[in-house]
Amino acid sequence: MTDHEPTHLTDADEAAVDDAYVDGNALAGDLLEIFAMDMTTAVGTCGGCGRTAVLAAARVYRRAPGVVLRCAGCSHVLGRIVRAPDRVVVDLAGLRSISARLPD
Amino acid sequence: MAPVTRGFGGRQHAQQPELPPGQYLVEDFPVLSAGPTPHVPPDRWELTVTSETGEQLRWDWDAFHALPQEDVVVDLHCVTRWSKLGTSWRGVSLDTLLADVETSADHVVAHSYGGYTTNMPLDELLHHKAWVAHTYDDEPLSPEHGGPARLLVPHLYLWKSAKWLTGLTLTPVDEPGFWETAGYHNEGDPWREQRYWGD
Ligand SMILES: [Zn+2]
Repeated sequence: MTDHEPTHLTDADEAAVDDAYVDGNALAGDLLEIFAMDMTTAVGTCGGCGRTAVLAAARVYRRAPGVVLRCAGCSHVLGRIVRAPDRVVVDLAGLRSISARLPD
Repeated sequence: MAPVTRGFGGRQHAQQPELPPGQYLVEDFPVLSAGPTPHVPPDRWELTVTSETGEQLRWDWDAFHALPQEDVVVDLHCVTRWSKLGTSWRGVSLDTLLADVETSADHVVAHSYGGYTTNMPLDELLHHKAWVAHTYDDEPLSPEHGGPARLLVPHLYLWKSAKWLTGLTLTPVDEPGFWETAGYHNEGDPWREQRYWGD
């Protein structure tokens, strides 16, 4: 609780409370944990056909301007990775979800 | 025995003013692909041009070949840094394909069999700068290089020359394509070295 937390809620205040986000800096720990894992063993769900498989089972096309990850079932583009000299662009929009097992 | 050198070795690139910055010359024709190669039989191939109002022009293989054909010799520049000079193509100019299209749109999205897309300003396709090519080096264009027919926009990086072309859509608003949404430059002019976002 902070000093700014309202003590008495009106209907208008309720909407504000539903929108009670914190800024993205709070993600640092979560993202570090996720992106430090070997993601090839993570299970992805294809946004095209719904097939569920480890990312290692997807098809990778790398004789291209970038790396393209495609579903082995329907060929839907699961993700793209483009490496520029000063940055890397990762697009995983073709995956509905990724499920990774946490280390014991 | 002294090694045989060509010219001044490390200065080779400086001696090739015909190459855009950061490119090197190849003699073969590398095959790049972001997915499985579509094999479209010419008798099932079609090309459409769709305006922003939904009006559509459509050519099958025979109708496409009945259009005026042009032979062109052009240089190719791939964003992965290879360039190939003096390549010979036969195809139909975009000036011909777009001649009867009524549009006020400023942008085009090229669509390929297999789902690939790339975008460019309409003006980049006009004025004898772009073709839909079906013949390479006097042979029917192979599927590996984009046959039955591919877009050929040689003054831009080669990812703009969509292989396996099947549609051109005119759009009032710019719609970045497959690589343009994933880190590659929206315009892709090799002479200005527009490779990546921010270049
Ligand atoms: Zn799929």
